[in-house]
Amino acid sequence: MSHTFALGIGGAAGQGVATPGDIFALILSRRGLHVNAYNAYQSIIRGGHTFLTIRTGVDKVENLGDGIDLLLPLNQDTMDRHLRLLKAGGACIYNADTIKPGAAADGVQLCALPVSTLADISRNKVAQNTLALGAALSMMGVGFQSLESVLKAQFGKKGEAVVNENAGIARAGYEYATANFKPFAKPLPMTEKRYAVLSGNAALAMGGAAAGVKFYAAYPMSPSTGVLHWMAAHGRKAGIMVRQVEDEIGVVNYTIGAAHAGVRSMCATSGGGFALMSEGLGLSAMAEIPIVVIDCQRAGPSTGVPTKTEQGDLWQMLGAAFGDYPRVIAAPLDIGDCFTLMPEIFNVTDKFQCPGIVLCDLLLSEGRLSVDPELLNFNPPIDRGEMITSNGDAHDEYLRYKITESGVSPRAIPGIPGFTHTVSSDEHDENGVLISDEYTNAGKRRAMMEKRMRKVQGIEAMVPPPVLEGPPDADVTLIGWGSTDGTIREARALLAEQGITANQLQVRWLVPLHGDEIVRILGKAKHTIIVENNFSGQFARYLRSETSFVPNGNIRKYDGEPFMPHHIAEAVREQLAGETTLSVPTHEVMV
Amino acid sequence: MATINIAQPKPMVMADLKGKVDPDWCPGCGDFGVLAAVQKALVELQIPNHQVATVSGIGCSSNFPGFINTYGMHTLHGRSLPVASGLKLANHELTVLVTGGDGDGFGIGCGHFVHAMRRNINLTYMVLDNQIYGLTTGQTSPTSRIGMKTKSNPYGNCDTPVNPLTLALSSGATFVGRGFSGDQKHLTELIKQAIQHNGFSFLDIFSPCVTYNKDNTFQWFRPRVKKLEDNAEYDSTNWIVAMEKATVWGDEIPIGKFYETNDIPTLEETEPVLEAGPMISRDLYIPADVAKKFVEELM
Repeated sequence: MSHTFALGIGGAAGQGVATPGDIFALILSRRGLHVNAYNAYQSIIRGGHTFLTIRTGVDKVENLGDGIDLLLPLNQDTMDRHLRLLKAGGACIYNADTIKPGAAADGVQLCALPVSTLADISRNKVAQNTLALGAALSMMGVGFQSLESVLKAQFGKKGEAVVNENAGIARAGYEYATANFKPFAKPLPMTEKRYAVLSGNAALAMGGAAAGVKFYAAYPMSPSTGVLHWMAAHGRKAGIMVRQVEDEIGVVNYTIGAAHAGVRSMCATSGGGFALMSEGLGLSAMAEIPIVVIDCQRAGPSTGVPTKTEQGDLWQMLGAAFGDYPRVIAAPLDIGDCFTLMPEIFNVTDKFQCPGIVLCDLLLSEGRLSVDPELLNFNPPIDRGEMITSNGDAHDEYLRYKITESGVSPRAIPGIPGFTHTVSSDEHDENGVLISDEYTNAGKRRAMMEKRMRKVQGIEAMVPPPVLEGPPDADVTLIGWGSTDGTIREARALLAEQGITANQLQVRWLVPLHGDEIVRILGKAKHTIIVENNFSGQFARYLRSETSFVPNGNIRKYDGEPFMPHHIAEAVREQLAGETTLSVPTHEVMV
Repeated sequence: MATINIAQPKPMVMADLKGKVDPDWCPGCGDFGVLAAVQKALVELQIPNHQVATVSGIGCSSNFPGFINTYGMHTLHGRSLPVASGLKLANHELTVLVTGGDGDGFGIGCGHFVHAMRRNINLTYMVLDNQIYGLTTGQTSPTSRIGMKTKSNPYGNCDTPVNPLTLALSSGATFVGRGFSGDQKHLTELIKQAIQHNGFSFLDIFSPCVTYNKDNTFQWFRPRVKKLEDNAEYDSTNWIVAMEKATVWGDEIPIGKFYETNDIPTLEETEPVLEAGPMISRDLYIPADVAKKFVEELM
């Protein structure tokens, strides 16, 4: 990992952490720098403690890293919790009127801002934030003009007076810092690149829009609500029908109804809402109506920790709805992948007329990442599979569930003359007639079950297996899935600095798993460790159930916070030293 | 993706609406009469069967879509309305009929029932109300009377029954009616009006269960049902009057159109996204200039 710079802004909810966060992110991305941001918060609208970390660098910043260089505490609580995280070379800018600095490590610069003398705090309640913003940018070596233009964009709607007032306060902070504080050793670089900064939820919504989604239904649930917010704000322009309905049972069934009409249709929720959708997944599978459901995992069980991350829903996805049916489950590897995965999974679910699940998590959903705008491709390949959308020539009796070698039966959408049929939740014959009542027939039941399950082979052929990244003869192979991708990669870099080579097998498509290929890859590994954000090793248990493979060790974390690279690197070292086979890193940053 | 709608060369007749199989309801079941009335209504209105979707939940009456030749959907218990709403919003050129029973609609699906009516989507929801759970062999339903003895309440039901009509009226349904399977002609007319109503129409249809409900039989209903249409002074545009009439129950049970308003626009009419036509007729890709703006917002 090349040089990065991380800043942390903390305060009570409602104190205005988000605005300086957005401003920093915009300045950094306009400077041609990559950004990765994550807001640790609680389920509270006012009060509590929120801590926003923004990490930036010239190269892609794949995770939040291990520490911060600059701390902006908006209250005493933040100072007390986070000052000790700063190392030599770091700095803390704080309001000298209201906050007392604590004991800092040697070489940490404590920058006291005389807020009430620099700004009229009776007029502007967030003056301390704006002053700190200006001071920080001065110390980071960013020209004031960048801040001014972003302030214009941020406050422009409120009128020139508001822009000027904020710019004036920011300038006072900027100039005070230039005169009184020592700038950081390395000024922030600048490149000619321009990035788009977005949350995983926005990426999922935009990816859906790019995939051709025309119907989106939702019930609000953290941390998935951002998908609804993007859809609601952009649906009219994008030509997407967006509906908030009564509950998640309604959501999944609206989604299925719209999909049956012939449009691409999706919904998003979190674990609790998904539980309510389970029966609907079965309907999608049985009636062979393709839908995509996004599950943004949060710490469970039950309502759990609504604002904290976890990878704890895997088995819920694997077991969602009763009975056997073909399904597709994929976990995006980062926020950019939240976008690119959507058209891919829709092409699979459309082709095989089955439900697809995108297994995201709070870390990605609510995190922010800079991506190359080229990656946000609104013209991806779209394959709707075998659909009958016009009546065409004369044909034999239409069989909606015709038994075919692939298991896929051409799907006529309602409205076409000559193709009337019934799709059914009960088991049915090829023509859609129920065989559940007086017509029960073991032979037909078996044939239909086998027809549907034959799709599994086709799905496997369409979806690529995971690929080993890094030196093939590494000392240790780290296995992860979904959102841990970037953190594991940086942990490998940390290990390399310490003389331990590591490679990585990151799983994106969970179903189909390609177990044979995974076992072939892992068979050559010297030491295997599965890394995941849950208590019981859900992926480890899944891999074992599918392949009998058991790794040498596991690294698990289930405290609600994501892994930091050093957590993984330290755990690998202790496991290679033979101290344990199960590491549960402690999250040192109290948020 | 454009749907090609070609008018059928010949007028649609009853035989065109016959399902792939005959109904497997018990001989004498009230549902036969409702099926025939729906088929007759569609023939009289000459709505081509390929432009009709019939969506049901689960239960005896929810096997309905399999017995009528339209685009049918047999969905989950209690979920017919959300599925039908999604279907209609994605292709609002279809005529969407929703069928199910009292357990399906007023029990497990009651939440959806209330919210569907609030939205005033142009659906026709027919509940084949037999005041009992039939397919599960005779348990108390949300419309079973107090004191009714069933397998699940052998000492008598003690829960106050749901009044589907007042519930519908208070939830915002723009057409509320009640029919009786034993009066075909009246029921057919009522269904025709409900289909033609632009907005959410709700019909509670007495459809006696001849096997498990020995209380609310054809014989029990026949002398009690009184047609609102026989009273020339009844004003079905007056919501208060409709609410009052909907509470009448006993020796006299009113049937017919209780309420209709055309003053409230449908969701389809007020949703700007539908101004450009049904969702299914849209380009898969969103316009390049729109997409470009979405990305620029992030920069």
